[in-house]
Amino acid sequence: MSGGLLLAQGEPIIPDFGEGSDCVVENRFFCPDWVRDNWAGVIQPALLQHVKLVVIAVAIGFVLSFAAALVAHRYRLVEAPFTAFSAVVYTIPSLALFQLLVPVTGLTVTTVEIALVGYTLLILFRNTLEGLRSVPPDVLEAARGMGYTRGQTLWRVELPLAVPAMFAGLRVAVVSTIALATVAALVIPYGLGYPIFLALREAFKTEIVVAGGLAVLMALVADALLVAAQRALTPWASARRLA
Amino acid sequence: MSWLLAADLGVFADALRFVADERTLILEKTWEHLKLSGAAIAIAIVLALPLGAWLGHLHRGSFVAINLANVGRALPSLAVIAIGLAFLGIGFANVALALVVLAVPPILTNAYVAVDEVEPDAVEAARGMGMTRRQILWRVELPMALPLIFAGIRTAVVFVVATATIAAVAGGGGLGDIIVNRAAYGLEGVVGAAICVSVLALAADFLLGLVQRLLTPPGLRADVHALEPDVTTGVTRL
Amino acid sequence: MSGAAAEIVFDRVTKRYPGRAEAAVSDLSLTVPAGEICCLVGPSGAGKTTAMKLVNRLIDFEEGDITIGGESVRSLDLTELRRGIGYVIQQVGLFPHMTVAENISTVPRLRGWEKGRTRLRVDELLDLVDLPAEDYRARFPSQLSGGERQRVGLARALAADPPAMLMDEPFGALDPITRARLQHELLRIQGAVRKTIIFVTHDIDEAILLADRIAILREGGVLAQYDTPARILEHPADDFVERFIGSDRGIKLLSLRRLDELELAPLDGAIDLRASGDTTMRDALSQMITHGSRSLVVVDSEGQPRGVVTLDALAALAE
Ligand SMILES: Nc1ncnc2c1ncn2[C@@H]1O[C@H](COP(=O)(O)OP(=O)(O)OP(=O)(O)O)[C@@H](O)[C@H]1O
Ligand SMILES: [Mg+2]
Repeated sequence: MSGGLLLAQGEPIIPDFGEGSDCVVENRFFCPDWVRDNWAGVIQPALLQHVKLVVIAVAIGFVLSFAAALVAHRYRLVEAPFTAFSAVVYTIPSLALFQLLVPVTGLTVTTVEIALVGYTLLILFRNTLEGLRSVPPDVLEAARGMGYTRGQTLWRVELPLAVPAMFAGLRVAVVSTIALATVAALVIPYGLGYPIFLALREAFKTEIVVAGGLAVLMALVADALLVAAQRALTPWASARRLA
Repeated sequence: MSWLLAADLGVFADALRFVADERTLILEKTWEHLKLSGAAIAIAIVLALPLGAWLGHLHRGSFVAINLANVGRALPSLAVIAIGLAFLGIGFANVALALVVLAVPPILTNAYVAVDEVEPDAVEAARGMGMTRRQILWRVELPMALPLIFAGIRTAVVFVVATATIAAVAGGGGLGDIIVNRAAYGLEGVVGAAICVSVLALAADFLLGLVQRLLTPPGLRADVHALEPDVTTGVTRL
Repeated sequence: MSGAAAEIVFDRVTKRYPGRAEAAVSDLSLTVPAGEICCLVGPSGAGKTTAMKLVNRLIDFEEGDITIGGESVRSLDLTELRRGIGYVIQQVGLFPHMTVAENISTVPRLRGWEKGRTRLRVDELLDLVDLPAEDYRARFPSQLSGGERQRVGLARALAADPPAMLMDEPFGALDPITRARLQHELLRIQGAVRKTIIFVTHDIDEAILLADRIAILREGGVLAQYDTPARILEHPADDFVERFIGSDRGIKLLSLRRLDELELAPLDGAIDLRASGDTTMRDALSQMITHGSRSLVVVDSEGQPRGVVTLDALAALAE
């Protein structure tokens, strides 16, 4: 019982990749023919599942922490407990959190989503709140002086000025959720983690490299998209950067 | 809500009983877990801290130092371990190496940012008073940077403790051995080990938070939220 | 290099920043006699800070030379040079992780003074800058007001009793009342310690109040005039200097002179306004205008009337 489930320690790996090209049989670093043969059947579905996992988790996490940040902005008392709760969730190892949820929600996508949402809370909450609080007092006073109500000040002044901080939080949340979601495969056969996990059994390099590489690529693309979206949404911020 | 009805909450009681009954096993796995994490962190600190602090002192290499954290965040640990496994084989040393790769970015980036962002006026005053480069680094920059440097180490420690769980699939040992082996230990074993690993991570984070606070010079203490995880360079926790 | 004040001499110093066509300091020659305050003034970007930082070589230069007490700053070891020159900047730059006492003792510790001596020195300096040692020694910079920080900065610069001090707009960020208080405090301290001080400011009034000599720089770090405040006000060298010191130079001139210097008219009748002989003529003028009076009685230290000054007499001087 000293080794893992999949590989007993020290046990020799006997490559057996069935029929296939020489490349696959020899388990080279990267075999294009394997990718071509398995794209539609293995890689593409896993990729789409992965995107779905991440989009849903970040969307729900965003809505929750946004609402919590608005409340905490109005009632300071709310900040400490929400921060403490999300910090504890953030610190629990993901594999453990997935397993801790299994008795409650079973071996389902729901289990994975709950955990992933949990990991986004701390970053999104704190960044949104700090963004809201970062508005200089003179700006707030000017808004008040011009006759904005509290609600108008929030929607027209504080929230727009908090957008850069919120985007900074979103970038971290999206990129880390993409990486985290690979671990879900240790609970259910879902997302890009699953091919990695399967390939891990046989140390099959091509599949590991392709699936792992796609996860990294997805993170980079998502990050770039968020940066572009932020530029478009907050022209004043980039104007200052250029000046 | 049907899944709630189906929820088998008795498992948690069984899990705690498992931990109590199998404490020898749990302790042995916890020890393995700590050894693996400790080795990886020690190596990562030796490699990353001096480099980051020195680059920060020179205000050079910001692009690499800062983006390293972003890249680190985007690297799925599972993939890093899998790649390490595919190319280096299984075992303690190789898994430790994969963990080092994951621990270096937060340590290096925090050390860089911490020293780079030390108040320039204080550094200028130190220069004006005739401190040598070394004296500026040791007496002004490092003490002022210490809390943030330590925050990076803390992030890395919690990260590595968590990731070491996954390392079990690559024969790294530790509590992950139990978590990924439901066939042998049953759901109660898996959940029990998950509880242990969570407690381990939370305790590490809490204790290091206390140390971080102690390390903060009293004059700077007001700005430090010692008991909260560092999310500025916060990498993925796994 | 410590103790008695030292003369500072700029000898045809030119500083060019790499990649910039115009020099930041051009062919600057001036002598600051030992124990005097020299104010560097001029518009923003005129090269005041640059000229000052050449002295402790925070900025290096190639052309010309600067000597302190006869020794070229280039011949001295860099750290020794800097430890021998007090340095005060606008942002103060106190070390936030050190207490007030630790901040002040930075240079003594760098020089390896023993603990007892350092401690005594810290208390002496806190006393000098008017911060009770008992109360302030163990505080951190974050627990001080802006003016208190600046005092600690001054004490830190004075700690190892350097023969020279460099001060870059040290009071620039303070409110007018605190600034005025610290200016007078600096003069009091200077009376006691007699350092050679190069003081950068772009406030001409501050320069007139503090300086023994004023160096006015124009764009490109060209010296427009170097002289005592009174002579600069009386005989501005050119249009630039005249514009820089402002159209009210007559009044400024009055701020340099005290009622004692005047021939007093004999007392005639009852006049309410009184002032002591060391009041500046500017303040006396201001009092008369404020109270709508055309004359003022000068009293001696016992409060006995000595004579009268009239508005007309002051106005004639300000011409
Ligand atoms: N490190 C530098 N590199 C290049 N140019 C510089 C540098 N520092 C200053 N300069 C330029 O040299 C000139 C003089 O600058 P300096 O800081 O000495 O002015 P100053 O008189 O102190 O102005 P201020 O009153 O605004 O402080 C300016 O044109 C400035 O832009
Ligand atoms: Mg300046």
